[in-house]
Amino acid sequence: MGLLLWSIFSQAQAAWTVNMSPGATEVSRSVFDLHMTIFWICVVIGVVVFGAMFWSMIIHRRSTGQEPAHFHENTRVEVLWTVIPLLILIGMAVPATRTLIHIYDPSESELDVLVTGYQWKWHYKYLNQDVEFFSNLATPREQISNQVDKDEHYLLEVDQPLVLPAGAKVRFLVTAADVIHSWWVPALAVKKDAIPGFVNESWTRVDQPGLYRGQCTELCGKDHGFMPIVVEVKSKEDFDAWMGERKAEAAKLKELTSKEWTMEELVERGEKAYLTNCASCHQPTGEGLPPMFPALKGSKVATGPKEEHLNVVVNGRPGTAMAAFGKQLSEVDIAAIITYERNAWGNKVGDMVTPKDVLTFKQAQE
Amino acid sequence: MSAVIDTDTGHAGHDHHHGPAKGLMRWVLTTNHKDIGTMYLWFSFCMFLLGGSMAMVIRAELFQPGLQIVQPEFFNQMTTMHGLIMVFGAVMPAFVGLANWMIPLMVGAPDMALPRMNNFSFWLLPAAFTLLVSTLFTEGGGPNFGWTFYAPLSTTYAPESVTFFIFAIHLMGISSIMGAINVIATILNLRAPGMTLMKMPLFVWTWLITAFLLIAVMPVLAGVVTMMLMDIHFGTSFFNAAGGGDPVLFQHVFWFFGHPEVYIMILPAFGAVSSIIPAFSRKPLFGYTSMVYATAAIAFLSFIVWAHHMFTVGIPLTGELFFMYATMLIAVPTGVKVFNWVSTMWQGSLTFETPMLFAVAFVILFTIGGFSGLMLAIAPADFQYHDTYFVVAHFHYVLVPGAIFGIFASAYYWLPKWTGHMYDETLGKLHFWLSFIGMNMAFFPMHFVGLAGMPRRIPDYNLQFADFNMVSSIGAFTFGATQFLFLFIVIKCIRGGKPAPAKPWDGADGLEWTVPSPAPYHTFSTPPEVK
Repeated sequence: MGLLLWSIFSQAQAAWTVNMSPGATEVSRSVFDLHMTIFWICVVIGVVVFGAMFWSMIIHRRSTGQEPAHFHENTRVEVLWTVIPLLILIGMAVPATRTLIHIYDPSESELDVLVTGYQWKWHYKYLNQDVEFFSNLATPREQISNQVDKDEHYLLEVDQPLVLPAGAKVRFLVTAADVIHSWWVPALAVKKDAIPGFVNESWTRVDQPGLYRGQCTELCGKDHGFMPIVVEVKSKEDFDAWMGERKAEAAKLKELTSKEWTMEELVERGEKAYLTNCASCHQPTGEGLPPMFPALKGSKVATGPKEEHLNVVVNGRPGTAMAAFGKQLSEVDIAAIITYERNAWGNKVGDMVTPKDVLTFKQAQE
Repeated sequence: MSAVIDTDTGHAGHDHHHGPAKGLMRWVLTTNHKDIGTMYLWFSFCMFLLGGSMAMVIRAELFQPGLQIVQPEFFNQMTTMHGLIMVFGAVMPAFVGLANWMIPLMVGAPDMALPRMNNFSFWLLPAAFTLLVSTLFTEGGGPNFGWTFYAPLSTTYAPESVTFFIFAIHLMGISSIMGAINVIATILNLRAPGMTLMKMPLFVWTWLITAFLLIAVMPVLAGVVTMMLMDIHFGTSFFNAAGGGDPVLFQHVFWFFGHPEVYIMILPAFGAVSSIIPAFSRKPLFGYTSMVYATAAIAFLSFIVWAHHMFTVGIPLTGELFFMYATMLIAVPTGVKVFNWVSTMWQGSLTFETPMLFAVAFVILFTIGGFSGLMLAIAPADFQYHDTYFVVAHFHYVLVPGAIFGIFASAYYWLPKWTGHMYDETLGKLHFWLSFIGMNMAFFPMHFVGLAGMPRRIPDYNLQFADFNMVSSIGAFTFGATQFLFLFIVIKCIRGGKPAPAKPWDGADGLEWTVPSPAPYHTFSTPPEVK
């Protein structure tokens, strides 16, 4: 029944979508059917109740010479309209309970992904695979500020999607590093709050390869509307190939840390990394949004001793919005960002921080 | 309204002696329930316009995709303040205003039981809201964490002004609790002889139950903001997992307040509509006793359903099932009320003056909000609806055509009693139809964008949501602009118009229609006889 309605509406233009999509998993389809069942029950009740009301409003008007009746109670009717709704509710509760129990299925998964919400990006870590990365909004700022045309996936595109294998049961362990976020992909019917200090569990099994898009659904501060989720489901073979590449990249990154960097290389890499990780608060101009997000241009930290600058970036500023980036970013990126910040927007310290410096700093803390 | 008492020449001298004081101090020092009711209603209307103008900012920004008018930081302050001002500044004080005016008149009491406290509970409100609104002008901005202010966004990550927000909430809570105590004391102690509990008008009944809800949950709200205050300034870790606390605890405590709160905002409207529909159907209310029990049942259930706001926080299966079943149960007493209203109209002799139009729209649109509420109660489906525009559509359907249409219906119904003049019926109907069209145009498309996947509280969105958002915005601007017409109608009615008889509605029933219109400054100094 639900699918029939869906096929009618899907003919309409996407921009005027009026209903949920049945999604891409068994769970999402059963949720969709449940949604449509309850919807049609409500429609039937609505037709009966509003039908009686409109009948009364049209027929029982004073202008038609209607004399008011005087009845004001009827125990039998009142018992009836208490009991019948109760039975309808039980009828609704049965499929709802069945679906819910299915969603809470605790059986073993083939792949575990740790999903961590940050202000304002997602971090994915494939457990026991040594692969992890951040997923940031990829929509250019010019589109948001209406300087250029918006593309089809405006605000729903990321630099690195979460990649999953088709047909496998994937378990999500969902948590957050700062405030509460919520990880939602409508096509998977997975929505789980990401709560700092707690790990929530959810799972999915996507049948078909494809791209599935979602967003953060718990207000998490300024850029709550700008931290989308993209899940790319690949066939098992493609997924394995991708995983192999990622592992090789991780090994390469380790090499990069020990490489000798020049100032130009670091500044170049730093600018990119700054725009992805820092600019939403401190702004691309380095001027920040005081007082919540202080300026870096000419700031004491960015033009002072290297150690304090390293300390703020690696450990954050507890009690403020400044997060600890030590675990979020690679040594290479931290070094590049710090070097960039010390030599951009008129900051002319002229020195550089190398990936090795960052590694030494981190190791000294442990 | 001040020229009220000179009409009765026989007692003119006597009435003058007890009449209202002159000038501004009349309003500052008054202990008269009618004066205080009037002040509550005007205050509520000012807040309605202020909260509404914030909604206009929100809808203007959402008119098109992209950021045009405001930045996300300010957008978040607007959504937060809109919610706080509408809930605590517009809807709740409006109902307290109606209670002040009407409960003594309905139960045959000379005034509220605790008149000085009444004065104080009103005057706390302007202080609280001045404090709250002033935070918008502070460095770092006002509250930006949503009206539900989930920790740790509202503690560790909040702007500095959060402390003022906490203090403002405390003041509002004190005011509400005192108002509720006053309502209970009046209803239980000051009823005229013969006015037994089961003879009270339903507005009095629903307010009695609402007052108990207020006393039960406002301290919980005070508790949760105090815990926030401790976390922010005194090093505790109630909501900080790093210190052994629990961010989810915040949500449990907040919604233990928050769910009864939504019934606090609707039960008095149920009561008012239960007077208005019989009046214009010229037929007694169907199922009075079941209405009382249904209200009590809703109030009881409201305490055991709070976690349905939290289906996605990771509560265990049995918890989800319990809160799902309990929430679905609310449909039974709510259904009883709707069926009773329809049966009251059935075979009546209906006319559709403005109060009736608002009341009928209330029943239809509130029921639609009830349907989406039932859908939201289904936990597995809620995983898809939660924190999307579907929820925004749902609660605006129960609050705008629910609470606010209930308030409009009450205002038109009792304006002749308050002012002594009939309001302009043509303009009243125009106000209704523009509000009705604007409101549906604003909120109905929100169901669609929510189901299509648009999260709430975002300042910008994907192009697939653009068309319906534009429709919503146009509807919202229509609804917003229409409310100036209401202001005009009320002022016009105060300044003149056809004189209203003591009972301007031929089908109306109740003690308030036995006193002249406008109601004298002092009524029921001698208790009336109730048979």
